[in-house]
Amino acid sequence: MAGIEIAGLSTVYPNGVRAVDDLDLGVVDGELFALLGPSGCGKTTLLRTIAGLEPATDGKVLIGGRDVTREQPGARGVSMVFQDYALFPHMTVAENIAYPLRVRRAPRAEQRLVAERTAEGLSLSGLLDRRPGQLSGGQQQRTALARAVALETDVLLLDEPLSNLDARLRLEARTFLKRLQRELALTTVFVTHDQAEALALADRVAVMESGRVRQLGTPREVFQRPADTFVANFIGSTPMNLVDGTVRGDRVEVAGTLLPSPLDLPDGTPVVVGVRPEYLVVAEHGFAGRVSTVENLGVTSLVTLECADGTLVGLVVPEQEEPAVGAELRATPTPGRSLFYGEDGLLLATA
Amino acid sequence: MTPAWVVRRIGFCTLIGVVLAFFAVPMLWLASAPFDADPGLGLRWPDWTLANVATTLRHPHALTSLVNSLVLCVVATVVTTVFAALAAYSLSRVRIPGRDALLYLLLLLSSVVTGTAAMVPIFVMVLQLGLIDSRFGTALVIAGGMLPAAIFILKDFVDSVPRSYEESARVFGASPRQVLGHVVLPVARPGVATILVWSFVNAWGNFLLPFLLLRDVGKQPAAVLLRTLQDEGGSANLSVIPVFSLLYSIPVVVLYLFVSTRYGFRFHGGIKS
Repeated sequence: MAGIEIAGLSTVYPNGVRAVDDLDLGVVDGELFALLGPSGCGKTTLLRTIAGLEPATDGKVLIGGRDVTREQPGARGVSMVFQDYALFPHMTVAENIAYPLRVRRAPRAEQRLVAERTAEGLSLSGLLDRRPGQLSGGQQQRTALARAVALETDVLLLDEPLSNLDARLRLEARTFLKRLQRELALTTVFVTHDQAEALALADRVAVMESGRVRQLGTPREVFQRPADTFVANFIGSTPMNLVDGTVRGDRVEVAGTLLPSPLDLPDGTPVVVGVRPEYLVVAEHGFAGRVSTVENLGVTSLVTLECADGTLVGLVVPEQEEPAVGAELRATPTPGRSLFYGEDGLLLATA
Repeated sequence: MTPAWVVRRIGFCTLIGVVLAFFAVPMLWLASAPFDADPGLGLRWPDWTLANVATTLRHPHALTSLVNSLVLCVVATVVTTVFAALAAYSLSRVRIPGRDALLYLLLLLSSVVTGTAAMVPIFVMVLQLGLIDSRFGTALVIAGGMLPAAIFILKDFVDSVPRSYEESARVFGASPRQVLGHVVLPVARPGVATILVWSFVNAWGNFLLPFLLLRDVGKQPAAVLLRTLQDEGGSANLSVIPVFSLLYSIPVVVLYLFVSTRYGFRFHGGIKS
């Protein structure tokens, strides 16, 4: 069991791309930690640098308090599941699972024993003598997981663990993964570009952009108090409303409406107001606009309001309360759920 | 069924027949002549006998030359396959500038090295190394000639092995040699099998190099001996040549069948393959 400490880490590719840029991060022992970000933000490179597959250009990686920055991947006490699972096609499931033991020249009987025991824990018992090509996507994923946990390492690294599964299977695998991680109490870091997956699975999330961590916190913090407009935009299954506004005394004028504000800034200062569509309710006051579209999301519907100045504001309404397209409507934020960002994109206050 | 159609049809069948006969006659000769009491250069229904086989086995150099061929081919094939596998793996994985140019240059040079153009320098070099009349020396020269093409072919197979397989093995602590032996080569097995058969067949049929470098008739391989099989009168010894030719062709066929059934020119397939 071990936590991970990352200090001032940079990874620069030979072509000069700075994939990870002077990054500090701590992963607590036994935690399920998500690295979240759009494509090309450096999250996979960071994971590979922790694993030792990419050499760190600068900085340190400590696992369980031991500096492993210059260690070979095999000497770091980590195991990893790759996005394509990287199961060896010429070996059976049992041989795949026991591969870490084969590398360590464990006796064949022990290899088989560990493979059987691990496979049972991941409901793969009947499949031990199949080859990976004869397994379904979910079974392949569980085999890759089994191989990663067969040898008790300190840290488990997962690169986009669910992205190769179809939507239905993904939900099952998500629950399964979370339970497995709880049972083994393994320090686990996983990479994903899917914010819903990160919020659902992780104990803590690091949102990354251009090789840096933009925000680090629990899923709740990241969802409710995004530290800047990038995170605000990226997190949430319906995109957050980010509307330009101006300070007017103790209020902020946005899209033709005055919202109460906690900001103590001079008149005329430009700000950005962020409200999630889920935190907007139909009311007598607030944003006024005409309903331009209604999108059915199942239990709820996403209504897009077109305000007088052309700004589009989304709000989520419960089923059977959908307004007609073209209707005039007002929507106001739930108290405490409005976010005020400065011109630099950083969070100033909430109200 | 116009007359023109009939004529075209007859012409087509005749053409196919001629082509078929052209390729079939030597094979049929190889099947019948060894067992004919009076083998000639023509094709005819044989007077069945095994006398030719006995004559061939009594020939002073026939069997030793086949053994020499085997020694040459096994050494050359093993050297080619092992070095080609190592070189193909490194060339496939290591980032060095001008790698592709190097590969193409190798391939280009290989046709020169094995070709007639380099025979004189190769002979002089082998002579100065004292390797004339050495079967191992000759095998090494043959292997050297085959290596560039073998590396080139095998590199393509190694390129198709996903990098994540190796990285996965490395994370589990595998050394570079284990990565190569456990993962890369087994996955690239069809390529290795191809190189094995290709280099064996090439070395087995190589005439020029052993002819130049092995002067002692007791050390010459079958391909060279075949040329010298003459009777007392100096004309082709037709009681030995057919049986010898048949024996000469067997190892290649056996090797092909063995590799094809045992290792298979097939792939087990990973994800999405």
